[in-house]
Amino acid sequence: MNEYRKIEVIVGVFVLIGVMSISWLALKLGQVGGLGQDGYELVAIFEDAGGVREGSDIMLAGVSIGQVKSVVLRNNKEAEMHFQINNGVKLATDATVAIRTKGLIGEKFVRVNQGFEEDYLAAGDEFEDTESAINIEDLISKYIFSGDAK
Amino acid sequence: MKAVTNFFGGFGRTVLHVIEKMGDATMYGVSTVALFFVPPWQGQHFIRQMYALGVGSMVIIIITGAFTGMVLALQGYHMLVKVGTESLLGPAVALSIIRELGPVLAALMFVGRAGSSITAEIGIMRVTEQMDSLEMMAVNPRSRVLLTRIIASALSLPLLVAIFDVVGLFAGYVIGVEMLGVNGGVYMGETIDKIDMVDISVGVTKSIYFGFLIGVICTFMGYRATATTEGVAKATTQAVMICSVMVLILDYIITSFYL
Repeated sequence: MNEYRKIEVIVGVFVLIGVMSISWLALKLGQVGGLGQDGYELVAIFEDAGGVREGSDIMLAGVSIGQVKSVVLRNNKEAEMHFQINNGVKLATDATVAIRTKGLIGEKFVRVNQGFEEDYLAAGDEFEDTESAINIEDLISKYIFSGDAK
Repeated sequence: MKAVTNFFGGFGRTVLHVIEKMGDATMYGVSTVALFFVPPWQGQHFIRQMYALGVGSMVIIIITGAFTGMVLALQGYHMLVKVGTESLLGPAVALSIIRELGPVLAALMFVGRAGSSITAEIGIMRVTEQMDSLEMMAVNPRSRVLLTRIIASALSLPLLVAIFDVVGLFAGYVIGVEMLGVNGGVYMGETIDKIDMVDISVGVTKSIYFGFLIGVICTFMGYRATATTEGVAKATTQAVMICSVMVLILDYIITSFYL
């Protein structure tokens, strides 16, 4: 029985190491269990979502302050985005949002420009001013046609 | 005419034989697993099998995991640095290990280390009539010898794969950051950013299926082995071969479901 007891202990340690590995993967890499999920929600209406998707970053001064929760079509013409902003981040009521690209061909993210008002946006509020994605094709065509006009 | 019928006859016979074997294995698997719900439970024998299969395979899994992570980081770095995206080294290594290489390589090593020993052991138990003597003592050999091994295999492989993943990621980090000079924060940050829970659950799901499959096939091959020395040798070789191929096929099927 003594030998069996030893086996039991070793198997226990083995299972513990395995379970710890799985939970490390899930918690650290998978970000499961709603870690970092708390915060408040803000709404922004864009003319053109320009490739921002659920899970895209929201940056203020280059620091990630939240994630895009959903992107849906509104009134058959505009994109309505719901942002999940981390608790503790306060945005002035006249803060603006713009869609930008990481690098030249990187992924899209939402950039927030802090405003100057004394009041802060509360959960469920809508951004006053939004700036849609800069479309490279639009820029090029604008450049070509402006060249024609001369 | 004779040659033609011989050719097609031989072909048909092989196909029928394979189908018969598959049916037999399925029936065997279902009826053995059903014994799980029939007491008495063989807890002690199950723990012993966890020790033999799980703990016994740990060293080989850790070595395989470490070198897999290292070679992925080394190879990936030299490819990514050409296009200036070595910041993606972390996610590249982590995704390959967690989604594909972890479950598959760990399963293949597990087949070699544990699967072959299951088949050989059960085969020899048949040769030496230990199965029959168990039955004589009113012990169901299926629930004591076979079921315990199937469950131990299905439970220990996911744990081994998780250990493989963690060791592989760590080894990749050491090579990528310490040796090749990728920024450590970027490496971990990008990895955490790019890996979703879906990737991890794909890996775990695969490993559970693989473990169960290896357990069923290896015990079946041993149980149905011809009760001679030669028969056991043949069954062991076949078990390892069938398991390895089935792991790769099943891997493709599960991956295609998750994309």
